[in-house]
Amino acid sequence: MACPQNSRLNDQIMQSEDIEDFGSPGGARRHGALAALGMPALVLGASYLGFGALIRENHLGLDAGLVSTTAGWALPGQIVLVEAFAAGASLLSATLAVLLTNARLLPMVASLMPVLRAGEHGKPRLRHYLIAHLIAITGFAIAMQRAPGIAPRQRLPFYEGFAVTLWLSTIIATALGFVLAGWVPRPVTLGFVFLNPLYFMLVFVADLRHRLRAWALIIGAALGPCLHLVSADWGLLATGLIAGTAAYLIDARQRGRHQGWRR
Amino acid sequence: MIIWPYLLTGVLVTYLWRGLGVLLSGRINADSPAMRWFTAVAYAMLAGLIARLIILPAGPLAHVALWERSAAAIAALAVYLLTRRNIVFGVAAGTMTLILCLQF
Repeated sequence: MACPQNSRLNDQIMQSEDIEDFGSPGGARRHGALAALGMPALVLGASYLGFGALIRENHLGLDAGLVSTTAGWALPGQIVLVEAFAAGASLLSATLAVLLTNARLLPMVASLMPVLRAGEHGKPRLRHYLIAHLIAITGFAIAMQRAPGIAPRQRLPFYEGFAVTLWLSTIIATALGFVLAGWVPRPVTLGFVFLNPLYFMLVFVADLRHRLRAWALIIGAALGPCLHLVSADWGLLATGLIAGTAAYLIDARQRGRHQGWRR
Repeated sequence: MIIWPYLLTGVLVTYLWRGLGVLLSGRINADSPAMRWFTAVAYAMLAGLIARLIILPAGPLAHVALWERSAAAIAALAVYLLTRRNIVFGVAAGTMTLILCLQF
Protein backbone atom coordinates (compact mmCIF):
# COMPACT_ATOMS: atom_id res chain seq x y z
CA MET A 1 0.00 0.00 0.00
CA ALA A 2 2.91 2.34 0.75
CA CYS A 3 4.28 2.28 -2.80
CA PRO A 4 1.28 3.45 -4.81
CA GLN A 5 0.61 6.11 -2.18
CA ASN A 6 4.15 7.38 -2.57
CA SER A 7 4.03 7.49 -6.35
CA ARG A 8 0.74 9.35 -6.18
CA LEU A 9 2.28 11.90 -3.88
CA ASN A 10 5.16 12.28 -6.33
CA ASP A 11 2.68 12.81 -9.17
CA GLN A 12 1.16 15.69 -7.24
CA ILE A 13 4.50 17.30 -6.57
CA MET A 14 5.45 16.92 -10.25
CA GLN A 15 2.17 18.54 -11.22
CA SER A 16 2.60 21.55 -9.01
CA GLU A 17 6.08 22.17 -10.48
CA ASP A 18 4.89 21.76 -14.06
CA ILE A 19 2.04 24.28 -14.21
CA GLU A 20 1.12 25.04 -17.81
CA ASP A 21 1.02 28.75 -18.60
CA PHE A 22 -0.29 29.91 -21.99
CA GLY A 23 0.62 33.57 -21.48
CA SER A 24 -2.84 35.14 -21.90
CA PRO A 25 -6.53 34.17 -21.86
CA GLY A 26 -6.47 34.24 -25.67
CA GLY A 27 -3.50 31.91 -25.71
CA ALA A 28 -5.27 29.56 -23.32
CA ARG A 29 -8.37 29.60 -25.53
CA ARG A 30 -6.28 28.71 -28.60
CA HIS A 31 -4.54 25.88 -26.77
CA GLY A 32 -7.93 24.61 -25.60
CA ALA A 33 -9.25 24.66 -29.17
CA LEU A 34 -6.18 22.77 -30.40
CA ALA A 35 -6.53 20.22 -27.60
CA ALA A 36 -10.11 19.55 -28.73
CA LEU A 37 -9.22 19.22 -32.42
CA GLY A 38 -7.23 16.03 -31.85
CA MET A 39 -8.60 12.86 -30.36
CA PRO A 40 -11.68 14.36 -28.62
CA ALA A 41 -13.19 15.89 -31.79
CA LEU A 42 -12.33 12.77 -33.78
CA VAL A 43 -13.91 10.29 -31.38
CA LEU A 44 -16.84 12.40 -30.16
CA GLY A 45 -17.40 13.44 -33.80
CA ALA A 46 -17.63 9.76 -34.75
CA SER A 47 -20.14 9.26 -31.91
CA TYR A 48 -22.25 12.10 -33.28
CA LEU A 49 -22.06 10.52 -36.75
CA GLY A 50 -23.87 7.67 -35.02
CA PHE A 51 -26.43 10.10 -33.58
CA GLY A 52 -27.03 11.67 -37.02
CA ALA A 53 -27.58 8.17 -38.39
CA LEU A 54 -29.97 7.37 -35.53
CA ILE A 55 -32.03 10.48 -36.38
CA ARG A 56 -32.33 9.30 -39.98
CA GLU A 57 -33.17 5.71 -38.98
CA ASN A 58 -36.07 7.01 -36.92
CA HIS A 59 -37.39 9.03 -39.88
CA LEU A 60 -36.75 12.38 -38.21
CA GLY A 61 -35.50 15.47 -40.01
CA LEU A 62 -31.96 16.83 -40.03
CA ASP A 63 -33.29 20.03 -38.39
CA ALA A 64 -34.40 18.03 -35.33
CA GLY A 65 -30.97 16.41 -35.08
CA LEU A 66 -29.19 19.76 -35.32
CA VAL A 67 -31.42 21.40 -32.68
CA SER A 68 -30.89 18.43 -30.38
CA THR A 69 -27.08 18.58 -30.71
CA THR A 70 -26.81 22.38 -30.56
CA ALA A 71 -29.21 23.03 -27.68
CA GLY A 72 -29.14 19.71 -25.83
CA TRP A 73 -25.50 18.64 -26.17
CA ALA A 74 -25.54 15.65 -23.86
CA LEU A 75 -25.47 12.58 -26.07
CA PRO A 76 -27.00 9.92 -23.78
CA GLY A 77 -30.01 12.17 -23.10
CA GLN A 78 -30.31 13.01 -26.81
CA ILE A 79 -30.40 9.29 -27.67
CA VAL A 80 -32.91 8.54 -24.90
CA LEU A 81 -35.20 11.31 -26.22
CA VAL A 82 -35.11 10.04 -29.82
CA GLU A 83 -35.71 6.45 -28.70
CA ALA A 84 -38.57 7.39 -26.37
CA PHE A 85 -40.19 9.44 -29.14
CA ALA A 86 -39.73 6.64 -31.68
CA ALA A 87 -41.24 4.14 -29.24
CA GLY A 88 -44.34 6.35 -28.96
CA ALA A 89 -43.76 7.51 -25.37
CA SER A 90 -45.88 10.38 -24.03
CA LEU A 91 -44.32 13.84 -23.73
CA LEU A 92 -44.33 13.51 -19.92
CA SER A 93 -42.60 10.12 -19.76
CA ALA A 94 -40.05 11.09 -22.44
CA THR A 95 -39.22 14.27 -20.54
CA LEU A 96 -38.88 12.33 -17.28
CA ALA A 97 -36.52 9.85 -19.01
CA VAL A 98 -34.30 12.70 -20.26
CA LEU A 99 -34.47 14.47 -16.88
CA LEU A 100 -33.27 11.36 -15.04
CA THR A 101 -30.66 10.39 -17.65
CA ASN A 102 -29.11 13.86 -17.42
CA ALA A 103 -29.23 14.27 -13.63
CA ARG A 104 -25.48 13.52 -13.63
CA LEU A 105 -24.93 16.99 -15.14
CA LEU A 106 -25.67 18.67 -11.79
CA PRO A 107 -22.87 16.98 -9.78
CA MET A 108 -20.60 17.18 -12.86
CA VAL A 109 -21.03 20.94 -13.24
CA ALA A 110 -20.96 21.51 -9.46
CA SER A 111 -17.62 19.71 -9.11
CA LEU A 112 -15.94 20.96 -12.31
CA MET A 113 -16.90 24.65 -11.96
CA PRO A 114 -14.76 25.32 -8.84
CA VAL A 115 -11.78 23.71 -10.65
CA LEU A 116 -12.28 26.02 -13.65
CA ARG A 117 -12.89 29.06 -11.43
CA ALA A 118 -9.90 28.47 -9.16
CA GLY A 119 -8.43 31.86 -10.13
CA GLU A 120 -11.44 33.98 -9.15
CA HIS A 121 -13.94 34.65 -6.40
CA GLY A 122 -17.53 35.76 -6.09
CA LYS A 123 -20.86 34.54 -7.33
CA PRO A 124 -21.19 32.76 -10.68
CA ARG A 125 -21.82 35.18 -13.55
CA LEU A 126 -23.43 34.91 -17.00
CA ARG A 127 -20.15 33.60 -18.42
CA HIS A 128 -20.29 30.63 -16.06
CA TYR A 129 -23.92 29.89 -16.82
CA LEU A 130 -23.09 29.94 -20.56
CA ILE A 131 -20.09 27.63 -20.35
CA ALA A 132 -22.14 25.22 -18.20
CA HIS A 133 -24.14 24.41 -21.34
CA LEU A 134 -20.91 23.01 -22.78
CA ILE A 135 -20.04 20.76 -19.82
CA ALA A 136 -20.62 17.17 -20.86
CA ILE A 137 -18.83 13.85 -20.38
CA THR A 138 -15.80 14.38 -22.66
CA GLY A 139 -14.98 17.91 -21.51
CA PHE A 140 -15.65 17.03 -17.88
CA ALA A 141 -13.35 13.99 -17.91
CA ILE A 142 -10.53 15.79 -19.71
CA ALA A 143 -10.81 19.01 -17.67
CA MET A 144 -10.87 17.11 -14.35
CA GLN A 145 -7.66 15.35 -15.46
CA ARG A 146 -5.88 18.31 -17.05
CA ALA A 147 -7.13 21.59 -15.51
CA PRO A 148 -5.37 21.19 -12.13
CA GLY A 149 -2.09 21.39 -14.10
CA ILE A 150 -3.03 24.70 -15.80
CA ALA A 151 -2.48 28.16 -14.29
CA PRO A 152 -5.70 28.97 -12.35
CA ARG A 153 -6.70 32.09 -14.33
CA GLN A 154 -6.31 30.29 -17.66
CA ARG A 155 -8.44 27.25 -16.89
CA LEU A 156 -11.78 28.80 -17.84
CA PRO A 157 -10.54 30.28 -21.17
CA PHE A 158 -8.81 26.96 -21.93
CA TYR A 159 -12.06 25.12 -21.33
CA GLU A 160 -14.02 27.65 -23.41
CA GLY A 161 -11.73 27.11 -26.40
CA PHE A 162 -11.88 23.37 -25.89
CA ALA A 163 -15.63 23.04 -25.46
CA VAL A 164 -16.74 25.45 -28.20
CA THR A 165 -14.50 23.65 -30.71
CA LEU A 166 -15.84 20.27 -29.62
CA TRP A 167 -19.42 21.56 -29.77
CA LEU A 168 -19.01 22.87 -33.34
CA SER A 169 -17.42 19.57 -34.43
CA THR A 170 -20.36 17.58 -33.08
CA ILE A 171 -22.87 19.81 -34.89
CA ILE A 172 -21.05 19.19 -38.18
CA ALA A 173 -20.77 15.46 -37.38
CA THR A 174 -24.52 15.21 -36.71
CA ALA A 175 -25.25 16.56 -40.20
CA LEU A 176 -22.61 14.31 -41.76
CA GLY A 177 -23.96 11.22 -39.98
CA PHE A 178 -27.46 12.03 -41.19
CA VAL A 179 -26.27 12.32 -44.80
CA LEU A 180 -24.07 9.21 -44.64
CA ALA A 181 -26.70 6.99 -43.00
CA GLY A 182 -28.50 6.62 -46.32
CA TRP A 183 -25.70 4.70 -48.01
CA VAL A 184 -23.49 3.22 -45.28
CA PRO A 185 -24.14 -0.50 -44.49
CA ARG A 186 -26.16 -1.08 -41.34
CA PRO A 187 -23.41 -2.87 -39.34
CA VAL A 188 -21.20 0.22 -39.82
CA THR A 189 -23.99 2.52 -38.57
CA LEU A 190 -24.44 0.31 -35.51
CA GLY A 191 -20.68 0.33 -34.97
CA PHE A 192 -20.73 4.13 -34.86
CA VAL A 193 -23.65 4.17 -32.42
CA PHE A 194 -21.72 1.76 -30.14
CA LEU A 195 -18.50 3.75 -30.47
CA ASN A 196 -19.77 6.31 -27.97
CA PRO A 197 -20.09 4.08 -24.86
CA LEU A 198 -16.75 2.46 -25.77
CA TYR A 199 -15.10 5.88 -25.89
CA PHE A 200 -16.59 7.00 -22.58
CA MET A 201 -15.53 3.70 -20.99
CA LEU A 202 -11.88 4.23 -22.00
CA VAL A 203 -11.90 7.90 -20.96
CA PHE A 204 -12.80 6.84 -17.42
CA VAL A 205 -10.31 3.95 -17.22
CA ALA A 206 -7.71 6.72 -16.95
CA ASP A 207 -9.43 7.94 -13.76
CA LEU A 208 -8.97 4.62 -11.95
CA ARG A 209 -5.69 5.95 -10.54
CA HIS A 210 -7.68 8.40 -8.40
CA ARG A 211 -8.97 6.65 -5.25
CA LEU A 212 -12.33 8.43 -4.80
CA ARG A 213 -13.13 8.37 -8.53
CA ALA A 214 -12.04 4.73 -8.84
CA TRP A 215 -14.43 3.56 -6.10
CA ALA A 216 -17.27 5.63 -7.56
CA LEU A 217 -16.62 4.28 -11.07
CA ILE A 218 -16.32 0.63 -10.01
CA ILE A 219 -19.36 0.57 -7.71
CA GLY A 220 -21.38 2.68 -10.17
CA ALA A 221 -20.54 0.39 -13.12
CA ALA A 222 -21.58 -2.68 -11.11
CA LEU A 223 -24.79 -1.12 -9.77
CA GLY A 224 -25.93 0.76 -12.92
CA PRO A 225 -27.18 -2.16 -15.04
CA CYS A 226 -28.70 -3.95 -11.99
CA LEU A 227 -30.72 -0.93 -10.87
CA HIS A 228 -31.73 -0.24 -14.48
CA LEU A 229 -33.45 -3.64 -14.44
CA VAL A 230 -35.25 -2.67 -11.24
CA SER A 231 -36.43 0.68 -12.67
CA ALA A 232 -35.50 1.97 -16.13
CA ASP A 233 -36.47 5.52 -15.06
CA TRP A 234 -35.04 5.84 -11.56
CA GLY A 235 -32.22 3.30 -11.72
CA LEU A 236 -29.54 5.77 -12.79
CA LEU A 237 -30.35 8.36 -10.14
CA ALA A 238 -30.37 5.64 -7.46
CA THR A 239 -27.03 4.33 -8.80
CA GLY A 240 -25.48 7.77 -8.45
CA LEU A 241 -26.74 8.34 -4.92
CA ILE A 242 -25.97 4.84 -3.57
CA ALA A 243 -22.65 4.18 -5.35
CA GLY A 244 -21.49 7.79 -4.95
CA THR A 245 -22.23 7.82 -1.22
CA ALA A 246 -20.56 4.40 -0.77
CA ALA A 247 -17.45 5.62 -2.63
CA TYR A 248 -17.41 8.81 -0.58
CA LEU A 249 -17.58 6.86 2.70
CA ILE A 250 -14.86 4.37 1.66
CA ASP A 251 -12.63 7.26 0.59
CA ALA A 252 -13.28 9.17 3.82
CA ARG A 253 -12.35 6.06 5.85
CA GLN A 254 -9.12 5.50 3.91
CA ARG A 255 -8.38 9.21 4.08
CA GLY A 256 -8.64 9.00 7.87
CA ARG A 257 -6.11 6.14 7.91
CA HIS A 258 -3.55 7.89 5.75
CA GLN A 259 -3.89 11.41 7.03
CA GLY A 260 -1.77 13.88 5.20
CA TRP A 261 -1.36 11.79 2.05
CA ARG A 262 -4.20 13.12 -0.04
CA ARG A 263 -5.76 16.50 -0.63
CA MET B 1 -46.69 12.94 -33.52
CA ILE B 2 -44.19 15.76 -33.95
CA ILE B 3 -40.87 15.84 -32.16
CA TRP B 4 -40.61 19.58 -31.43
CA PRO B 5 -42.38 19.63 -28.03
CA TYR B 6 -40.16 16.68 -27.00
CA LEU B 7 -37.04 18.54 -28.07
CA LEU B 8 -38.11 21.70 -26.24
CA THR B 9 -38.78 20.02 -22.89
CA GLY B 10 -35.71 17.81 -23.34
CA VAL B 11 -33.47 20.84 -23.85
CA LEU B 12 -35.03 22.66 -20.88
CA VAL B 13 -34.61 19.82 -18.38
CA THR B 14 -31.05 19.22 -19.61
CA TYR B 15 -30.05 22.83 -18.97
CA LEU B 16 -31.93 22.81 -15.67
CA TRP B 17 -29.32 20.43 -14.19
CA ARG B 18 -26.42 22.43 -15.58
CA GLY B 19 -27.81 25.73 -14.30
CA LEU B 20 -28.44 24.24 -10.85
CA GLY B 21 -24.89 22.88 -10.90
CA VAL B 22 -23.48 26.40 -11.41
CA LEU B 23 -25.76 27.81 -8.72
CA LEU B 24 -24.66 25.15 -6.21
CA SER B 25 -20.98 25.47 -7.12
CA GLY B 26 -21.08 29.09 -5.97
CA ARG B 27 -22.28 28.02 -2.53
CA ILE B 28 -20.04 25.07 -1.72
CA ASN B 29 -16.36 25.30 -0.86
CA ALA B 30 -14.21 23.60 -3.52
CA ASP B 31 -12.26 21.52 -1.00
CA SER B 32 -15.16 20.60 1.25
CA PRO B 33 -16.44 17.07 1.95
CA ALA B 34 -19.73 18.09 0.27
CA MET B 35 -17.86 18.75 -2.97
CA ARG B 36 -16.09 15.39 -2.73
CA TRP B 37 -19.49 13.75 -2.35
CA PHE B 38 -20.78 15.57 -5.45
CA THR B 39 -17.73 14.38 -7.38
CA ALA B 40 -18.30 10.80 -6.24
CA VAL B 41 -21.98 10.94 -7.26
CA ALA B 42 -21.03 12.38 -10.67
CA TYR B 43 -18.51 9.61 -11.40
CA ALA B 44 -20.87 6.92 -10.10
CA MET B 45 -23.68 8.09 -12.39
CA LEU B 46 -21.32 8.30 -15.35
CA ALA B 47 -20.04 4.76 -14.76
CA GLY B 48 -23.57 3.45 -14.20
CA LEU B 49 -24.76 5.05 -17.42
CA ILE B 50 -21.83 3.77 -19.50
CA ALA B 51 -22.18 0.22 -18.12
CA ARG B 52 -25.90 0.34 -18.90
CA LEU B 53 -25.28 1.58 -22.47
CA ILE B 54 -22.94 -1.38 -23.07
CA ILE B 55 -24.80 -4.15 -21.20
CA LEU B 56 -28.45 -3.10 -21.60
CA PRO B 57 -28.68 -0.72 -24.59
CA ALA B 58 -32.00 0.53 -25.93
CA GLY B 59 -32.78 1.32 -29.56
CA PRO B 60 -31.05 -0.35 -32.53
CA LEU B 61 -28.22 -1.80 -30.40
CA ALA B 62 -30.71 -3.83 -28.34
CA HIS B 63 -30.89 -6.23 -31.31
CA VAL B 64 -27.12 -6.81 -31.21
CA ALA B 65 -26.26 -9.89 -29.10
CA LEU B 66 -24.74 -9.35 -25.64
CA TRP B 67 -21.67 -11.46 -26.56
CA GLU B 68 -21.02 -9.25 -29.59
CA ARG B 69 -21.19 -6.08 -27.49
CA SER B 70 -19.00 -7.68 -24.81
CA ALA B 71 -16.44 -8.80 -27.41
CA ALA B 72 -16.28 -5.23 -28.73
CA ALA B 73 -15.85 -3.76 -25.22
CA ILE B 74 -13.12 -6.26 -24.30
CA ALA B 75 -11.30 -5.64 -27.61
CA ALA B 76 -11.44 -1.87 -27.00
CA LEU B 77 -10.06 -2.24 -23.47
CA ALA B 78 -7.34 -4.73 -24.48
CA VAL B 79 -6.05 -2.65 -27.40
CA TYR B 80 -6.20 0.53 -25.28
CA LEU B 81 -4.02 -1.06 -22.59
CA LEU B 82 -1.66 -2.73 -25.12
CA THR B 83 -1.06 0.52 -27.04
CA ARG B 84 -0.01 2.45 -23.90
CA ARG B 85 -3.48 3.86 -23.36
CA ASN B 86 -4.17 5.13 -26.87
CA ILE B 87 -7.91 5.92 -26.89
CA VAL B 88 -8.22 6.20 -30.69
CA PHE B 89 -6.73 2.72 -31.24
CA GLY B 90 -8.89 1.28 -28.46
CA VAL B 91 -12.13 2.77 -29.78
CA ALA B 92 -11.25 1.81 -33.38
CA ALA B 93 -10.56 -1.81 -32.35
CA GLY B 94 -13.83 -2.07 -30.42
CA THR B 95 -15.90 -0.55 -33.22
CA MET B 96 -14.24 -2.77 -35.86
CA THR B 97 -14.89 -5.84 -33.70
CA LEU B 98 -18.59 -5.02 -33.50
CA ILE B 99 -18.85 -4.35 -37.25
CA LEU B 100 -17.04 -7.64 -38.06
CA CYS B 101 -19.26 -9.59 -35.62
CA LEU B 102 -22.36 -8.18 -37.34
CA GLN B 103 -21.00 -8.70 -40.85
CA PHE B 104 -20.22 -12.43 -40.55
